[in-house]
Amino acid sequence: MSSSWVPATLVDAWRETPGSRTLVLDARLEPALAGQHLDIRLTADDGYTAQRSYSLGSPAGAERFQVTVDRLDQGEVSPYLVDGLQVGHQIEVRGPVGRWFVWEPTQTEPIQLLAGGSGIVPLMSMIRTRELAGGTAPMRLLYSVRAPGDRFYTDELDDLAARGRIDLQYVFTREVPEGWPARAGRITGALLHELTLPPEDGPTIYVCGPTGFVEAATKPLMQFGHEASRIKTERFGPTG
Amino acid sequence: MGIFSPGFTGRRREPRSDLPPGQYLENGFPVLSFGPTPHVDADRWQLTLTTETGERRTWDWQGMLDLGPELVENTDIHCVTAWSKLGTTWRGVPLDRFLDGLQTEARFVMAGSADGYTTNLPLQEILGRAWVAYEFDGAPLAPEHGGPVRLLVPHLYFWKSAKWLTSLRLMVDDAPGFWEQNGYNMHGDPWREERYW
Repeated sequence: MSSSWVPATLVDAWRETPGSRTLVLDARLEPALAGQHLDIRLTADDGYTAQRSYSLGSPAGAERFQVTVDRLDQGEVSPYLVDGLQVGHQIEVRGPVGRWFVWEPTQTEPIQLLAGGSGIVPLMSMIRTRELAGGTAPMRLLYSVRAPGDRFYTDELDDLAARGRIDLQYVFTREVPEGWPARAGRITGALLHELTLPPEDGPTIYVCGPTGFVEAATKPLMQFGHEASRIKTERFGPTG
Repeated sequence: MGIFSPGFTGRRREPRSDLPPGQYLENGFPVLSFGPTPHVDADRWQLTLTTETGERRTWDWQGMLDLGPELVENTDIHCVTAWSKLGTTWRGVPLDRFLDGLQTEARFVMAGSADGYTTNLPLQEILGRAWVAYEFDGAPLAPEHGGPVRLLVPHLYFWKSAKWLTSLRLMVDDAPGFWEQNGYNMHGDPWREERYW
């Protein structure tokens, strides 16, 4: 049942970037679908609790649940998850939740993924799920991120791209890598037109990121002729 | 309970009786929608109400204003993703006025949106506690928040307050709307933490 809290033990953790950390949790939960999230609850020693939702990055059905948490400096839960929680310690989790923003291996149509910042996490779950299933439908990822050092899962993504398993496009909004052929800047209609699958390919599109990114991505996509019903979105605000 | 997080203190504050369990105070206004934001022109906007026998009523923008809007002040809203926003101000028409003089056996209503979104609500419970809202904080309701017109049912989790409202379908029996088919509770009372299935 997704409605009850269960204990989760942190069995492994590593820095994804200086401001973020991937947590591997062992918990007795139903298997997840790619794109679902968990609620995480922390309890202070006086009983005060705080909970937030985090998208799963681990593939569908994985035995262990993986999230990557971005530290929001004004946040209440994320600083503890990034800097405080120690391996071997427990927190509480609930879920997995959500049956809309999911990709299932039975889907055979082309997939266009668009990630803004830590919005990459649930999309990574989809990429990993497809990889484990040996999926062959085209999958393209446009990943917008502030600077090269802010990328999550860089080695894994670059490896998948190098092996031709996914088509990977980065957009850097503040700072580009050395020798990068484009200037830093936010996504534009022209850029989306150039870098994403066209409507003729009939893709299902998943967009995840801050509200501004999702709005900036979905408006042009609909102008290109993608049906709104084929565009699934997940937005997050500064709610850490 | 019984699992504590050593070193976690939280953002210490006075306990508040106005925050439902598991909610935290949010001063911004986060956005949650399942797809692209539809752009609905107020001049072309229509709201259609259908009864269980197929009787239909339709209002346009002016028709809605003619029903008599009111200010909805000091209203707390609660999102299932755990943020709550307190003391918000809206302007809208009480839902009851759209039902005036109507013969119906319906116990539920399915609210529908311009983008195909739906959400089911218990009719009797929300009468007197729901509005068809078109202003937030004294300004026209922004598209990403459901403008030009959204449902406002503050006493239930906010996914029940359908954005881009275009239809109300009265139902004798309950049926799940969009999120209710996708993992979320049929009723959605934040004070009872009715978040998920």
